[in-house]
Amino acid sequence: MPEQVAAGHQETPAQEVGDFLRRRREQIAQRWADAALFRTVFTVSREEAVEAGRAVVEALAAVAAAERVEEQEADGFSVVREQLARMAASRSRAGSTNSQISVEVDALRMPVVDLLIAELEGRPAEDVRDCTTALTVLMGTLRLVVLETLLSAGQELINRQHLQLLEVATPVIKLWEGIVAVPLIGTLDSARSQVVMETLLDSIVEQHARFAILDITGVPTVDSLVAQHLMKTVAAARLMGAECIVSGIRPAIAQTIVHLGIDLGTVKTQASLADALGYALRKQGAHIVPQDPHHAGSR
Amino acid sequence: MTGAFPSPYGGQLPVLRIGDVLLVTLQGDLHDGTAEQLQEDVSEAAADSRVKGVVIDLSGVEIVDSFLGRVLSDIAAKTRLLAAETVVAGMRPAVAITLVELGLTLPGLRTALSSDEAIRLLGEVSISPRHERTRQESP
Repeated sequence: MPEQVAAGHQETPAQEVGDFLRRRREQIAQRWADAALFRTVFTVSREEAVEAGRAVVEALAAVAAAERVEEQEADGFSVVREQLARMAASRSRAGSTNSQISVEVDALRMPVVDLLIAELEGRPAEDVRDCTTALTVLMGTLRLVVLETLLSAGQELINRQHLQLLEVATPVIKLWEGIVAVPLIGTLDSARSQVVMETLLDSIVEQHARFAILDITGVPTVDSLVAQHLMKTVAAARLMGAECIVSGIRPAIAQTIVHLGIDLGTVKTQASLADALGYALRKQGAHIVPQDPHHAGSR
Repeated sequence: MTGAFPSPYGGQLPVLRIGDVLLVTLQGDLHDGTAEQLQEDVSEAAADSRVKGVVIDLSGVEIVDSFLGRVLSDIAAKTRLLAAETVVAGMRPAVAITLVELGLTLPGLRTALSSDEAIRLLGEVSISPRHERTRQESP
C-alpha cells in the first residue's frame, strides 16, 4: 500500500486524473445520467444514459492517461466523437442554441471535480490543486470537442443544402414534343446561371428539343451579369440548333434592362410562358383551335 | 463509311453529296491545316455541283477553338456567295458553351439539332418558303 502511494506520487497530475476517472467511472456515469445533457438526450431509459456517460468517461480517462488534456485532436476523443455529435445534434434539434449546449456540457464538470476533491482528501494542497486544474482543462477540452462537432455539422448542412438548392432550383420541363422549359425562380447568381445553362443545353440534346423556353417570371431582379448569362444561354442554344425564347419579363425588369442599356435584340421574347409555348407550337406547325361545340356540330 | 477515303489526318475530310446537299462530318480533334483544306474543298464542291445547301455535322467534335469557329463562319460566308446555305448540325452543349464564352456566336450561321433536321431545314427553305410565311400569319 505505501508502495502504491509512492508510485502514485510519481505520476503527473494528468495521469492521476486518468486513473481517478477509470476508477470512479461507474460513479461518475451515474451522476452524469442525472445531468441535464444526458437526461434530455436519453429519455428512454436511465440505463442508456449511464452507458453513454461511461463511454465518455472512458474516453476522457484515455486522453488524460496520454497526457493530452489540452488537445481536441487527442486519439481518446475519436472514439466518442460520433456519440457526442449525436447528442449535440439531438439537443440542437430540440431547439437549444450552441451556447446553451455549451453550458450543459460545462455542467458535467462540477460532479466530477467534487468527486476528485473528495478522493484526494488528506493529500497535500498542491497535489489537489494540480489535479483539479488538469481535470478542469480536460473538461474544457471536452466542451470544445462538442462545440466543434456542432459547428461542423452545421457547416455540412449548409453545404448540402447549397447543393440541393442548385439541383432543385433548375428543373427542365418538357412541355411538348420538342419543347422544353426552365421556370427560373429566385435570385440568379453566376453559379446558378451556369447550372441553368448546362442543364438546359443537355436537355435540348436529350429531348431533341427545337425550342427552349427560359421563363423568368419568378426572378425578382435582373442585373447586367444575369442578363449577360441569359444571352449566353440563348446564343449557345441557337448554336446547337434550338431556338431559345425568354418569357415572363416583368415590367420592372424590362425597365431595368432598358436602363442598363442591354440589347436583347437578338433574343426572342414573349410576355408569358403560355405565349412562349403558343409561339413554339405555331412554329412547329401545330394549330391551337378552341373547341367550339356549335362549329363542330355545323361541320 | 470513311474507310474508302484517306485518313482525315492526311489533310482531307470527305465531302459527301446527298441529293442537292453537301454533307461534311467532323470527328474528334481537327488540325488547323485540315480545317483550311475543308474550307477550300467545300467551296469548290459547292461551286462545281451547284448544291443548295451544306450541312456540317459537329456531333463528333468535343473540343473547339476560335480558329474552327472562324472557319465555320467563313465557310458559311463563302457558300452564301455561291447561293448555297450552310447549316451546322448536332453541336454539343460543351462546344456551344465554349464558342459563346469565346464570343463567337456565329450570327450568320444556321443551326440544327441533327444532320437529319438540317437536311429537312434546307428542303423547307427552298421548296416551300411560302408555307412558312402563311403559317406565321394565321395563328
